[in-house]
Amino acid sequence: MSVRSSILTAIEEIAAAQKKNLAPLTDDLALTNSGLDSLCFALLVARLEDETGRDPFSESDEVSFPITLGEFIALYEHAPA
Amino acid sequence: MNMPPPEVTLRGILAQAGDLSASMLHGAGRSVPLEAAARSTGFERREDFRDCSVLIAADDQLTTALILIELDGIARRVVLCPPGLTEEHLGSIIRQAEIDTIICGNDPAECSKHGTARVISYGEPNRSASLATEPARETEWILTTSGTTGAPKLVTHTLLGLVGAIRPTRAGARPVAWATFYDIRRYGGLQIFLRAMVDGSSMILSHADEPLDTHLQRLARCSVTHISGTPSHWRRVLMSPKRSLITPEYVRLSGEIADQALLNALKEAFAPAGVSHAYASTEAGVAFNVVDGLEGFPVSFVSQSRGADVEMKVVDGSLRIRSDRTARGYIGIPDQFHDSDGFVETGDMVEQRGSRYHFVGRRGGIINVGGLKVHPEQVESIINTHPAVRMSRVSARKSPITGALVQAEIVLDREASAGAAAIEAEISALCRAKLPPHQVPSRVTIVDQLAVTSGGKLVRRNG
Repeated sequence: MSVRSSILTAIEEIAAAQKKNLAPLTDDLALTNSGLDSLCFALLVARLEDETGRDPFSESDEVSFPITLGEFIALYEHAPA
Repeated sequence: MNMPPPEVTLRGILAQAGDLSASMLHGAGRSVPLEAAARSTGFERREDFRDCSVLIAADDQLTTALILIELDGIARRVVLCPPGLTEEHLGSIIRQAEIDTIICGNDPAECSKHGTARVISYGEPNRSASLATEPARETEWILTTSGTTGAPKLVTHTLLGLVGAIRPTRAGARPVAWATFYDIRRYGGLQIFLRAMVDGSSMILSHADEPLDTHLQRLARCSVTHISGTPSHWRRVLMSPKRSLITPEYVRLSGEIADQALLNALKEAFAPAGVSHAYASTEAGVAFNVVDGLEGFPVSFVSQSRGADVEMKVVDGSLRIRSDRTARGYIGIPDQFHDSDGFVETGDMVEQRGSRYHFVGRRGGIINVGGLKVHPEQVESIINTHPAVRMSRVSARKSPITGALVQAEIVLDREASAGAAAIEAEISALCRAKLPPHQVPSRVTIVDQLAVTSGGKLVRRNG
């Protein structure tokens, strides 16, 4: 499974478990409008760390927090510098 | 120095306990009749210890018990050295408590390394000695606090305060025989040892190196009737195939939060035994005992405690206790645990639900999930209601988004039959149904076992 599709699957499962209404998942969707709250994002990042071994938010001190879903996915698609 | 009445020494208590002839102190390797323990001495001359500051560093609990009986009322101070101390901590205790005499175990050379204190070994308790006729003085009993990462703190008690909560045990069909999974060199275990001494009854001592199954067999052989331990101890007992060997009349829990699932499991496993949970700490002493089989305790314990032996109040969500049984203080550290009204701040957080207070965790143990508080113990109490779960530990997992997330490790009952993945999913669903979202573990992991400290408490990374 590609990084993209595992992220999208994880988002859908977490939203379902947390009973959140999810907006259509397009690359330009602003994360703040996605329907996920910060707990959902924390769960998502933790799950992706378990699945991929990576936590791009903690890999360096200078993380530019993603605004859109596309930017979020890009953080995981790009290997750490 | 006030002279206490002579009966408030350990030998005085034993002299008043009545017929000791059927009672024994059972160690892991040997047993001593209580009558002999009350009378005999393993020292050349007990008077050599008068007004001394004595560190009891015996290898085993039985020897420690004998030395306590010998020296209470004679020494100025006895320090109970817990097992497994590092050399550095031992040195720190010797300095802080101004130890002039060390009673060592099998290796006197080991004890001689520490400065100028004289080192003495304890012999077989067979040299005859007089009964409790020596003039008695008040002896300070010093306990070390467990669970901290730094050097142990030394907590001062007196025998009068230590036995303050003890009422004689009512015997059932069998003669009373007390046991505790605790070590008697710690507060929880010492309470049970002193209970047995007040009763003049037998006592079965634990041993750190003894496997649980062997220990349960020994308890059965010694006809144990009353047993005390932490919830973690008891969960291990429930997991042991040898648990059916023991038929206690009384099961007591203290030292950690007793949740309803465990109380129910113990009632079922050991029916018709009485199951009770007590609240006590090294600093605050014994506060109360809950005998109705329900978790938590009635609000009336607090609201009606004014002027009682043990007074309690709840300040900022945590329990405070004032009584004659609280420790006098720490050695060498300014009083940190009595507030301006003489109450001890326990750090144990309670929450009122209806007419009961429930313990929800330690003040320092809170997990902060995006600004929302989670008490690990509260989540554990939900997880532990799942029939396949015997024990659980909830801890923090770092999160770059919310600071922390909750995660859980669980030990399954040996009879659990469902697959691991199914149980993990059931527990997640159970937590989602019972807890607010931020308290639900982000990850549930099945483990073979969870470490328990030498004090019988679940090892928590944040202390």
